[in-house]
Amino acid sequence: MMELDRRRRRRLAIGLAVSTLLLLLAGLAAGSEGWSVPQLIQTWQGADGALIVGEIRAPRTLGAWLVGALLGLAGAIAQGLFRNPLADPYLLGSASGASLGVVLVLAASAFGGQVIGLATADAIARIGLVAAAFVGALVGVLVTLALARGAQQSTRLLLAGVVVGVVLGAASDLVTSAAPDALRGKQAFMLGSTGFLGWGSCAALGVGLLLTLPPSWRLARALDALTLGVDSARSLGVALPVVRLALVALLALATGMAVSQSGLIAFVGLAAPHLVRRFAPSTHDFTLLASAAAGGTLLLFADVLARSLIAPQEVPVGVLTAFLGGGYLIWLLHRGRAS
Amino acid sequence: MTLQARNVSVALGSTQALRDASLDVQPGWTAIVGPNGAGKSTLLRVLAGLQPPDSGEVFLDGRSLAQLPPRLRAARIAWLPQHSDAGGDLTVREVVHLGRLPALGLFTAPGADDEARVDGAMLDAECSAWQERRLLQLSGGERQRVLLARALAVGARWLLLDEPTTHLDPLHQVALVRLMRRQASAGTRVVSVLHDLSLALLAERLVVMQQGRVRAEGGSGDPALHAALVAVFDDAIRIVRIDSRWLAVPHLAT
Repeated sequence: MMELDRRRRRRLAIGLAVSTLLLLLAGLAAGSEGWSVPQLIQTWQGADGALIVGEIRAPRTLGAWLVGALLGLAGAIAQGLFRNPLADPYLLGSASGASLGVVLVLAASAFGGQVIGLATADAIARIGLVAAAFVGALVGVLVTLALARGAQQSTRLLLAGVVVGVVLGAASDLVTSAAPDALRGKQAFMLGSTGFLGWGSCAALGVGLLLTLPPSWRLARALDALTLGVDSARSLGVALPVVRLALVALLALATGMAVSQSGLIAFVGLAAPHLVRRFAPSTHDFTLLASAAAGGTLLLFADVLARSLIAPQEVPVGVLTAFLGGGYLIWLLHRGRAS
Repeated sequence: MTLQARNVSVALGSTQALRDASLDVQPGWTAIVGPNGAGKSTLLRVLAGLQPPDSGEVFLDGRSLAQLPPRLRAARIAWLPQHSDAGGDLTVREVVHLGRLPALGLFTAPGADDEARVDGAMLDAECSAWQERRLLQLSGGERQRVLLARALAVGARWLLLDEPTTHLDPLHQVALVRLMRRQASAGTRVVSVLHDLSLALLAERLVVMQQGRVRAEGGSGDPALHAALVAVFDDAIRIVRIDSRWLAVPHLAT
């Protein structure tokens, strides 16, 4: 089975690399009139070719991959940390925190007499929204940690995450009921979008991935030890208080970076590690890297699909990932029942 | 080379699991026995440094166990849990490899010596044949042997085994007894919690517990210890000698 495992891992890695390359190309080609390679060449040679491909499609495509990679990584960390294959990156209050941050900025601007939306925000307002979402996500996780009195007990942490999600969600609803102009922006944020990603976003996301992927990979063996149970991991000398806190911090950072740039994109963080384990079950050093790659590939696929399905209109990518992810889970349930 | 629990008390919720319990782990193989809820597993967890006592202290080679760095403690004391909730996708070999974590830490790659120890541990626990299978694909007994191999791979001086015979058939129970004896004669101090009193009577020493207290300890042939054993089980057993072996048999009052 070792050889079989190695073959599976190699196959998955090659599959992910090839599909990422193809989807990157598709992402560059996908425009309001559908997508094809001749059309890409034609667009590139047109008067606004460099602008359309170089400044809009390329950063959006790369950004979508990076957002997906961060979510895939965060999902793999969450599932390993909580020893639960259904754990997703938004468990610890980051989603509701980010949402509240965005709603507060939108409401403040509405009260100030300037209504901004995610699609219409200028560069400065956009930076403000991204920062608010990022800070909101981190604050959400910090409140969860405070309520759970640290990261020592998974159950307490999960319960605190649920409580924070509900309370911050209610706070967000309260703000939008007082400032209805913020509602549309909130809705767009909740649906998730890759449409606003520029080179600045890519740089931030790239830094986020560099800050989270290598240290997570270094902690892979602690996640392996956790598969034996908390007490067994402790008996093996794993300093769980430090390791857990580090993993929660990495999870929060990866999720916060992704959410702040693209809103709430559902299921990628849940499905990517799941798919990786299904195709190539392995130790966490491979699972973490492959989940990041699979998350990137999944979101890129969804993004290209979102741009192409009803072109020149776009389906919100978060809606599409929810449908795809939901369909995958239903298929899993059906398969489980059938077997 | 000493491991000592001194006047240890532990409350688990509203239950007082240990009351002022003391134990010096002696060389060789020691079995801890007693009725359900006597505090056997809790005492083992306290000795392993996994359960901080509410009062009292555990000393390893004269140093407070609570003050030792986790890795150093883990390299000296290996522990096998009573119930494992192991999950994940790891193969048997990968699980046994985790036994090298105390020696290697999280960031050092295993070397040839570590591979040899993993091979030796799997051989001792008789699980080499399925080293490439996943832990979750194994039966309860097979999984128990893998987790035992994981504990052996640590190469610790103290081996604390909580109900190691759980899920094992008689053939592998006997193999486990032989293994514990081999480990003990090689210098490892083995402490095992056992429900099967006849297996426990094969150990060199017995510790008899009841209601969180150590009621008696001594050699497994000691008549006073046998009397204590019968007493903690409310006269429901008799200790008999057959073919130079001590056996615990049920005693049905007429």
